[in-house]
Amino acid sequence: MESILNIRKVSKIYQSAGRELTVLDQINFSITQGSTVAITGPSGSGKTTLLGLCAGLDRASTGTVELNGIALEKLDEDERAAVRNQYVGFIFQNFQLLPTLTALENVMVPMELRGAKNIKAHALELLDKVGLADRAHHYPVQLSGGEQQRVSLARAFSNQPAILFADEPTGNLDAETSEKVIKLLFDLNKDAGTTLIIVTHDLELAARTARTIKIKGGAILSDENPTYA
Amino acid sequence: MHNLIPKQRIKLSWLLKMAWRDSRKNRSRLLLFISAIVLGIAALVAVYSFKDNLQKDIDAQAKELTGADLVLDSRKGVSNVMNNMLDTLGDERSQEKTFASMIYFLKGGGSRLVQMKALQGKYPYYGSIETTPIAAATNFQSDRNALVDKTLILQFNAKVGDSVKVGDLNFKILGTLTKAPGQTGISASIAPTVYIPLQYLEKTNLIKTGSRINHKFYFKFNDPSKVDEWVKKHDSKLEKEGFDAETVESKKEQTGRSFKDVNRFLALSGFIALLLGCIGVGSAIQVYIQEKLAAIATLRCLGLKARHAFFIYLIQVFFIGLIAAVIGAVLGTAIQFLLPWVLKDFLPIEITMQVSWPAVGQGILLGIIISVLFALPSLLGVRKISPLNAIRVSFEKSRGRLDPLLWLVYLLMAAFIAGFTHLQMKTWVQTLFFTTSIAIAFILLLILSKLLMFMVRKLLPGTASYLWRQGFANLYRPNNQTLMLTVSIGLSTTFICTLFFVQGILMNRVSLSSGSNQPNMVMFDIQNTQKEGLDSLTKSFKLPLMNQVPVITMRIEEINGKKSTADTNNRRAYRNEIRATYQDTLTAAEKITAGKWTGSVKAGATVYISLDQRYAQQIKVGLNDKILFNVQGMMIPTVVGSLREVNWSRMQTNFRVVFPAGVLEEAPQFHVLMTRVPSSEVSARFQGEVVRQFPNVSVIDLDLVLKLLDELLGKIGFVIQFMAGFSMVTGWIVLISSVLTSKNQRIKESILLRTMGASSKQIIRINAIEYFFLGAFAAGAGLILSLVGSWTLAKFSFDAAFIPPFWSTLALFGSIVLLVVITGVLSTRSILKQPPLKILRTEG
Repeated sequence: MESILNIRKVSKIYQSAGRELTVLDQINFSITQGSTVAITGPSGSGKTTLLGLCAGLDRASTGTVELNGIALEKLDEDERAAVRNQYVGFIFQNFQLLPTLTALENVMVPMELRGAKNIKAHALELLDKVGLADRAHHYPVQLSGGEQQRVSLARAFSNQPAILFADEPTGNLDAETSEKVIKLLFDLNKDAGTTLIIVTHDLELAARTARTIKIKGGAILSDENPTYA
Repeated sequence: MHNLIPKQRIKLSWLLKMAWRDSRKNRSRLLLFISAIVLGIAALVAVYSFKDNLQKDIDAQAKELTGADLVLDSRKGVSNVMNNMLDTLGDERSQEKTFASMIYFLKGGGSRLVQMKALQGKYPYYGSIETTPIAAATNFQSDRNALVDKTLILQFNAKVGDSVKVGDLNFKILGTLTKAPGQTGISASIAPTVYIPLQYLEKTNLIKTGSRINHKFYFKFNDPSKVDEWVKKHDSKLEKEGFDAETVESKKEQTGRSFKDVNRFLALSGFIALLLGCIGVGSAIQVYIQEKLAAIATLRCLGLKARHAFFIYLIQVFFIGLIAAVIGAVLGTAIQFLLPWVLKDFLPIEITMQVSWPAVGQGILLGIIISVLFALPSLLGVRKISPLNAIRVSFEKSRGRLDPLLWLVYLLMAAFIAGFTHLQMKTWVQTLFFTTSIAIAFILLLILSKLLMFMVRKLLPGTASYLWRQGFANLYRPNNQTLMLTVSIGLSTTFICTLFFVQGILMNRVSLSSGSNQPNMVMFDIQNTQKEGLDSLTKSFKLPLMNQVPVITMRIEEINGKKSTADTNNRRAYRNEIRATYQDTLTAAEKITAGKWTGSVKAGATVYISLDQRYAQQIKVGLNDKILFNVQGMMIPTVVGSLREVNWSRMQTNFRVVFPAGVLEEAPQFHVLMTRVPSSEVSARFQGEVVRQFPNVSVIDLDLVLKLLDELLGKIGFVIQFMAGFSMVTGWIVLISSVLTSKNQRIKESILLRTMGASSKQIIRINAIEYFFLGAFAAGAGLILSLVGSWTLAKFSFDAAFIPPFWSTLALFGSIVLLVVITGVLSTRSILKQPPLKILRTEG
């Protein structure tokens, strides 16, 4: 199958207090389209940094990140933004719903950015799928944590992304709500055929993906069921 | 590969929609923004509207101000050549002689100095002398009648039909004068006007040697369009004969000019409020953008380009600026109706207040420019917000070089301040002075804040209690707001205190001493023959003879051998009539600053005179320069022997030119006598007796003048305070935004301290210590800058001494510090009322 994400010799080095701090060191892996992958590792291992690089939120110090055939390091920030809008979906630990927008408006934003037409019906349909059709006009502050994450799921799938990044999607939820959200995430992913990359501490959640990449000290410790090494 | 990169076309309509949506939950923050500039805009719109309406009314009423197409006036006598010219000029003509004189009310026995106008002819040709009854204005010249100002009628409880004595003649009051052309409320109350027919003037016997009479000739032309041309043609002849010409056009210009300074002061006060508002805009937008950080980062993750994020907030700022400017303009338009009420006593015309659309437009444009310009430094930062902020709460920006666009914005700000100042000041020197002063103040405050941080870090004793160490450490730790608060509070303090000090300087400059040993009555126009008689009369009332001086009127004929025609750059020196005196010793109000004082001179010897040093500068002469004086026909050569510093604010007669004894004793002269009357009853009786025995002698009751001046100064003070009020309220709003900015930095620390068990009291004390020192330092720095600025202004602009009022200054300093502490502590209290977890989650 075709790769959607190719990471080759990627390093990320920060300047801190006059000295270099290597957060990621010569990372290599590839992810096939439609697969589900978990990136796990202890705190400070570099997994969130890796997610930022893979999603085009930041630029690698060395190496190449190729997303859907596009080398991200060659793009400027505006081009990367366009790539994110077209091909990437996000789910955040803190949900990151825009507080001044209603649930419906939050779901519509990625589509609006693309200039898509007739988006309201599609957004309502997505909200219906996550069971929040009746809360469409509520603001985030009027929703529970679980509900906010469900809106976030609807938003993430709204632009039919090729790849979806979830950063600790259940980190701020209780066990019962977490289970519901995870089930919803995998169901939606199955329906849409999206590639799913989850960054998590939760080994149970990681076990539900087809592949797990373990990171420690900025390097890959293990890669179960790898397709590229 | 690039084919795969999608093209993103964001429509303006979506940016507008997003800007609207995004502002939904944070509009209270934007309220701060609005409040910061509303008052500045209001002040400026009020001032501009007033200026516009005043100019419109001056244009419309200029004819009524002059009352004729041409007015010629002279303080010298009228030559035969001039008489011939005056008799044939214009199509209709009137004549008036104006002079100060006493008037005596026969029925009530009261007397007062008035401005006497002896009129002949149908003046005014435009507008009218307003009287009650109306017909009195046109009929009074037919017989021995007088029109008496309404303030006198009220003061002496007189009525139409009563009689007044003017010199040796009695006149019947035919009407109460309510308004004369060109007269202001203030001029009417200081020297009320009385009209009498010119034909009776001679018989009053008021015209004596040395009497200061203003001869006025009014002309009406059937074709007034040629008047200005005529004046231009005859300018040199008129000047030679000592005549001034006034036309409707020149009156328009002159009246407009008189109010230029007032308008300039009002506009600058408004501008200072607006400048403070600019700091407020900067702070408010910084707070706003900080609160939007997560939302912007999320939008960036979802694919919003940096420039589009910038535009969303630029649109918000534009519209908020527009709303603020419109509110300011509405408020300003309402306030402008107050200005004529405040200034009505100074205005020679009726002001018809109406909405001035150019002023409203100017205000709105200014509001938008200021909002956008001063929000730009924070707005430009939006472009730099990384999407990584959405996944990493503590993501730190890389410290790159300063954005070139930011430099451009700072340059634009400086250009805006300089440009706007120039619009008010009109001269680049003053503009440069004002703009440089602001820049220096800004830089000094920056340096001072750095110094504070350095000193606290170095001098903070490790033995101090935790609360003190924490409070102090907040001043220099990462995320400290010392710089921002020192600059904003410091600048606000500088502006507010400078306005306060300048107000004090202006008030001191015009206020007169009225101590118990000071004279409170002045008599002048005393002839040589009347001197002894008046002295005796004064003594018979047991009143002291406090200051008796002779006054001689003269003109300068030559300076160092040059006549006025040859000395074209110094015309002013020759033009004005000088009132000089002679004395053998200096008075307490005089101090020699250069040369040597000569008290007396023997016949035939060189006459060394003494000049007031400022007057010497004005007429461009120095020590040993030769001046030839024309003392009513007699030429007296003199040499400048000394220069004096004269304390003009002392309650006594002071002179620019002082001769030694032994030269002018025989010259035509009159005398001035000052005394102190113990009560208004004695004053009234004494004045009555002076008028009866010496009708030509004028008496000024200084108590009355002081009372009027007090009222006048009260009104001026009100105008100044009114305008300063805008700056003060704006300054406070700026303070709130600055403290709120720093609050955001402190929330997490306070919550963490709470989580670790710190009591609310401890946290409040830590914050209070921080804000107290910040407030004290910033206010202190601002105060020092303001003292330096005020001293400079006093020394170089107002030529006055500046002694800062200690208690008021201390109170001002204390109030600002207290305000900073209260605002800071109140902002902390709102956080402490909520459970830590709730806030940690929100901040999370």
